Amino acid sequence: MSSSVIERAVPEKRVLTTKPRPSDVAFRATLNVMSYSSLLILAAIGGFLAFRGFGAFKENGFGFITHSDWSSIVDNSGKEVNTFGMAAMITGTLIISTIALVIGVPISVLTALFLTFYAPEKIKRALVTVVDLMASFPSILYGLWGFIVLSPMATYWAKLIYKYLHWIPFLNVPSPAFERSPFLAGIVLSIMIIPIVTSVSREIFGQTPLDRIQAAYALGATRWGMIRAVVLPFGASGVVGGAMLGLGRALGETVAVYSVLNIVFKINWHILYGYGGNIASMIVQKFGEASFTEKKALLAAGFVLFVMTLLVNMVANTVVQRAVKSGK
Amino acid sequence: MSTDNSSQPNSLAGVAAARHREPGSAPLGSGLEARGVHAWFGSHHALEGVSLDFAAGTVTALIGPSGCGKSTFIRTLNRMHEFIPSAAMAGEVLLDGKDIYAPGTDVTKIRLQIGMVFQKPNPFPSMTIGENVLAGLKLAQIKSDRNKDELLEECLTRAGLWQEVKDRLGAHAGGLSGGQQQRLCIARSLAVNPKVLLMDEPCSALDPGSTLRIEDTISQLSKTMTIVIVTHNMQQAARVSDYTAFFLADGGPGQMVEVGPTNEMFSRPKDERTENYVSGRFG
Repeated sequence: MSSSVIERAVPEKRVLTTKPRPSDVAFRATLNVMSYSSLLILAAIGGFLAFRGFGAFKENGFGFITHSDWSSIVDNSGKEVNTFGMAAMITGTLIISTIALVIGVPISVLTALFLTFYAPEKIKRALVTVVDLMASFPSILYGLWGFIVLSPMATYWAKLIYKYLHWIPFLNVPSPAFERSPFLAGIVLSIMIIPIVTSVSREIFGQTPLDRIQAAYALGATRWGMIRAVVLPFGASGVVGGAMLGLGRALGETVAVYSVLNIVFKINWHILYGYGGNIASMIVQKFGEASFTEKKALLAAGFVLFVMTLLVNMVANTVVQRAVKSGK
Repeated sequence: MSTDNSSQPNSLAGVAAARHREPGSAPLGSGLEARGVHAWFGSHHALEGVSLDFAAGTVTALIGPSGCGKSTFIRTLNRMHEFIPSAAMAGEVLLDGKDIYAPGTDVTKIRLQIGMVFQKPNPFPSMTIGENVLAGLKLAQIKSDRNKDELLEECLTRAGLWQEVKDRLGAHAGGLSGGQQQRLCIARSLAVNPKVLLMDEPCSALDPGSTLRIEDTISQLSKTMTIVIVTHNMQQAARVSDYTAFFLADGGPGQMVEVGPTNEMFSRPKDERTENYVSGRFG
């Protein structure tokens, strides 16, 4: 008996190629350059900030992000003495952004729900235009308006909040100075993030599967009941993503905050109290008159802000992508 | 079972005859009556002058080719029709003699009494199986004095799903098969204890096995409630319904051509167009 193995003739796999036309090649190359250029610019900015700020990181070590002293003094012997710590600016930025989210996100979500499920077609179209317009409004105008119009009102609200809620630690103040507080800056910022959070939420809510909406209604749900049972679970991750995109904007907002916030290098947990910190605004405030060394420190501060913003935006994008893809 | 009918040329009539029971033999449920119902989508007149009685405790099948207005009609019966922005209607729909379109009617209350099962199974994916069944109570904010577990078991049993899911009530509904999901949707609509159940092609997205199980469920449910079912499947109409209504859109708006006891509709329809349709000559 021959132990013959049955050999099946398996043909060699062919390599599949096409020869693109020259015009195609050129077009593709152009697209590549264009799309990678933004990545390149981003990397270049990050690299520049890190490189120029490196000295400040090196000199101050971890203190750069854990201390709150920021001084550049020429002492009696004519020597420059520098201490740079931006803990107050980092915490201040986070506090103000949090206030902005706490105020802005509920307003945005309710606006988005109204636009998607309640507003008559005409009002809806008008409101969507207005909200989009808000996004493209120059931030200095928000700042000026915040300073002149909102500030007195917010001071009054802050006094009210203090009067009734001062037993909550962060709503207490050491002395009655309510002007130019993180609270005011947070309100201004919240108005600035409403457009982005609203439009992302609206987009997600609008994708709620119709059959689920109908299922809820067919069970005798009210509109609000339907929204709670179907729309909010479906849109939750999208809203989170939108809020984080808003946070990304809030972290980096400069001029509007600069106009309304009293920037002091001291960590302030009392949000109603009249001073606070903000990285971007601090850089603007200091940059014009900064010495060579201080400029370096400011660039290092910029790098910190760069990293914070980048992280928040990356997380936000992931969350939004997942929300859109899962279609849940 | 009347086996004599199997020798008849029209076997649908045979099935229907076996299924048919005298109206009035089912005392429970509640009557629904459509009077001169018209429906429009914008300027498109989709349905013209349908008057139809659904006696308490009966199963009525609505049959007819696509686009004949039967789905539109069933959606006017629990006011789901008006969800389409340009939709309009005329006529009356009476539940226990009261017009559900009367001014000042609370639509949500109407839909609690007239439940609906859709073509595509649509459980709430963010909820568990148990939560899905009880979703209606929560949505309509009904304070039921009944034990939740008992109600859950009862609804799932009536929908013919209890045995399959009793050990995983906490699992998410998305993991069920299409047929199970549809029975879950039926269980969900039963939990609010409707008097009438509307089913819009409930089996068209399901395999034959699941279809049979749902038909079983319909037969069981018909003992306690009024059921209206839209179907493209004439065998199904013959198997599950007491009455059959034939709809047709002859170029114009959809109309109801004829209604009668299901066995008669399939054996000796009065209208020639019905005859042509049930014998498979068109549609």
